[in-house]
Amino acid sequence: MAKRDYSFYPGCSSQKGASASNCTTSINAICDVLKIQLNEIPDWNCCSASIGYAGGGELPRLTLSARNLALSEQHNPGQDVVATCAACWLATRETTERLAHDDQLFTETKIALKEAGLTLQNKTPVRHFVEVLIEDVGYDALKAAVKKPLTGIKIASYVGCQTNRPFGIAGESFENPLYLDKLTEAMGATALKDYDKKVACCGGALAFSEPEKSQDLIKDILQAAYDVGADMIVTPCPVCQMNVEVYQGLINQRHGTNFNMPVVYYSTLMAVAYGKSASESGLDGQVIRAKQLDALAGR
Amino acid sequence: MSNPNQTIPGQYRGNFLREVEANVEEGEWVKMCMQCGVCAGSCPLGPYWDYPPQQIFMMIRAGKREEVLSSTSMWMCTSCYNCMVRCPRELPITHIMHGLATYAKRIGKAPQTPITPRFAQKFWDNLTVTGRVNELKLGLALYFINGIGEGIQTAMKMQDIGLGMLKTKRMSPFEILGGHGIKDKAGFRAMLKKAEEIELAKIAKNQVAGV
Repeated sequence: MAKRDYSFYPGCSSQKGASASNCTTSINAICDVLKIQLNEIPDWNCCSASIGYAGGGELPRLTLSARNLALSEQHNPGQDVVATCAACWLATRETTERLAHDDQLFTETKIALKEAGLTLQNKTPVRHFVEVLIEDVGYDALKAAVKKPLTGIKIASYVGCQTNRPFGIAGESFENPLYLDKLTEAMGATALKDYDKKVACCGGALAFSEPEKSQDLIKDILQAAYDVGADMIVTPCPVCQMNVEVYQGLINQRHGTNFNMPVVYYSTLMAVAYGKSASESGLDGQVIRAKQLDALAGR
Repeated sequence: MSNPNQTIPGQYRGNFLREVEANVEEGEWVKMCMQCGVCAGSCPLGPYWDYPPQQIFMMIRAGKREEVLSSTSMWMCTSCYNCMVRCPRELPITHIMHGLATYAKRIGKAPQTPITPRFAQKFWDNLTVTGRVNELKLGLALYFINGIGEGIQTAMKMQDIGLGMLKTKRMSPFEILGGHGIKDKAGFRAMLKKAEEIELAKIAKNQVAGV
């Protein structure tokens, strides 16, 4: 099988020693199996996510993503831009669409880019890594690569917000997207289709500045997973993963609950099913260990 | 010369809708709201908004300038995009809320509490130093946002979380020394400076022309 090449925008949280470094580890593991080549955009910068707006106006924010698109055109020509982080994908795709639809913004952005010695055509499709998996590789091929089916593991698919709205994965609904259920089932696990917090918000960046309000949202996301008998929550989003995993102790203190629910990336789940080791799968990045996956990866 | 950011734009002649249309990201959409209330019912932090988006849109049309710009409402937006995908008129509500927040902050109307306006500013300041977010410095800046005393309390409360992130190598103490960053910092800063200049010039032009 020939390798598929993509221009990769990893994002700040994916870096070594950052909060979603375990996501990167597991993405690399499944790319190895699926012959996907991610070519990092050289010298990429932050997209300003969805909280930069207090300091950065519309044009400076769009210019941030435009710089990444320009670098991608220059260094990885002809390759689709692919992001694994929901916010990175959203900001970059939003930029490419806004600039395509607004000539004035596009002209102004190009003037700003010139200061960094860059030019922009703005013709590159911006895609989420999940789209590469389900559109370019396909569910059948994803399933065919399974070495250790995740039989009997019950999974609540937590899609969250920004992988789902406002763009979402093509062909999926905003209210009940099914791709994550299909992915987990392709790995041999049981998708709990009655999980009713699939597209609920975890508070996003406001988990930092409005912790108690956000933790109330997270509590409901966790409780719903227990209600349907989940062994673990699976998510594609770095902010969702961190928020839903790391605040369980504080929520337990405040609400007298007893949550201890593993929250793993879909890519970690897939890496284990593809026979990768615990460390290759990013399992040692779990603050709350996913014991069933640890056992399977160690076998 | 007075800073156009801080000038009260008198030339709108009390027409706050026109002011929003001229200066707020996607502001030209505000008049399209038909007051159905789906946005208000779709917001995860809806109960905490002074006024939900539906009401904000009507208040803009009613000229409630002070009430809108100094409200905590827009700062409760989690950027979940629920309102935006459900709006039957397809208003880019999330972007308008961000735009209102940017404008309120720019003209000095953003509230001191909650801390989101200050946190969001710190996020921007953080990312523009090296071109990438330094999570450790951002976290510490947040803990100490209300001073040393509260910062130490917060740090104590959060120590289990910090330890969990350290143990799993999802946080690195070495980031305090500088950490990750881009190479072309000079080009990056010049680019952002130019983008800001262009944007401020547009706002100044709106003020003079009385758009």
